[in-house]
Amino acid sequence: MSRSTFLLDGQSVPFDDGQMILEAARAAGRYIPHLCWHPDFPPHGSCKLCVVKVAGRHVSACATPARAGAEVESDTPEINTERRTLLQMLFVEGNHFCPACEKSGDCQLQAMAYDLEMTTPRFRHFFPDRPVDASHPEVLLDFNRCIYCELCVRASREQDGKAVFALTGRGINKKLAVNAESGRLADTDFAADDKAARICPVGVILKKRVGFAVPIGERTYDRAPLHEVALPKPEGDT
Amino acid sequence: MSPSRKLRVATVSLAGCFGCHMSLLDIDEHVFALLDKVELDRSPLTDLKTCGPCDIGLVEGGVCNSENVHVLREFRAQCKTLVAMGACAINGGLPAQRNHLDVGQCLSAVFQSRPGMDTAEVPDDPELPLPLDKVHPIHEVVRVDYFLPGCPPSGEAIWQFISDLLAGRTPRVSYPLLHFD
Repeated sequence: MSRSTFLLDGQSVPFDDGQMILEAARAAGRYIPHLCWHPDFPPHGSCKLCVVKVAGRHVSACATPARAGAEVESDTPEINTERRTLLQMLFVEGNHFCPACEKSGDCQLQAMAYDLEMTTPRFRHFFPDRPVDASHPEVLLDFNRCIYCELCVRASREQDGKAVFALTGRGINKKLAVNAESGRLADTDFAADDKAARICPVGVILKKRVGFAVPIGERTYDRAPLHEVALPKPEGDT
Repeated sequence: MSPSRKLRVATVSLAGCFGCHMSLLDIDEHVFALLDKVELDRSPLTDLKTCGPCDIGLVEGGVCNSENVHVLREFRAQCKTLVAMGACAINGGLPAQRNHLDVGQCLSAVFQSRPGMDTAEVPDDPELPLPLDKVHPIHEVVRVDYFLPGCPPSGEAIWQFISDLLAGRTPRVSYPLLHFD
């Protein structure tokens, strides 16, 4: 019982040396919103949804080490408003047309918008033109929904050993690319049972012919909100 | 204002499918409670063609043509509280899926190169409103007070939302009823 602790929204959270705020909070059963963070990968720090306030500064909880005695604010109107704004920017930057998306109900972006009660995209929509790639026999790529979390890039490179995906371009011109001369998924060694095929938090990488195997209304976030689903199960895997 | 005055409510479907209006009718027996408290102004249910001063305006659908712009501005001018009801009003929805296409090419594909059309011309009757080059969510054209997501929002969600509005509360749709699809 000699572990150090910090305060998350006024409640004590124990941590090990070197542990990040988000990780320690999660281990203690406390949810901090996140999209690009995944337990199997090092922190990425790009989505900024895990923003928390520590000593007056807004930092990414996934990439900021916990410090003894620190006071961390997360579930506050100020921080949640900032998160909502980030979500709104993600929604207008792509084409997130939930009624036509197979991932609806299983999508972390959508579930987080529900959790944070985002009812409007608020900003002007970009309506970008992003053609889909249906070339692969088993998997469809719908780039309209990409939020550039790089989880597929990291999973393919670090766990599948294939490097099928990459991000190209910078800033607003950034896009998800397929690592083949033709740019088509069919011309890579990508397989439907790759880790990268199952890690997309939104509806970009979709297995074909199973889109509505689980009906709308009975999906992950129909049963429980994201802040419950995202926490590790009491015993066993995530 | 007399305490028993009924609130005036206007509704309209712009670039929508009337699904949200169908869902409004899905509040079933709550319709009686609703009609105790409100009277309808311009609405597909009254078939009135212009909108008088109203307390609440419910707008279904996005903005896809010049007439939608005029009607939406009339609603904003006449309604104290304007609500974007459903996915299309909030983010353009299905009609906005044409936004990455050229509107001229869309029209010629439909009217000039489709087999079986009598006249191979794009209709240009002056009574037809001109399509806009893009379909816009209504908040890009006028200020919107509240947003009720869903495609369509369920009858239950609409009833919860309207009940809040009628009671003078900030409308809030609870988790199980908040859907973007």
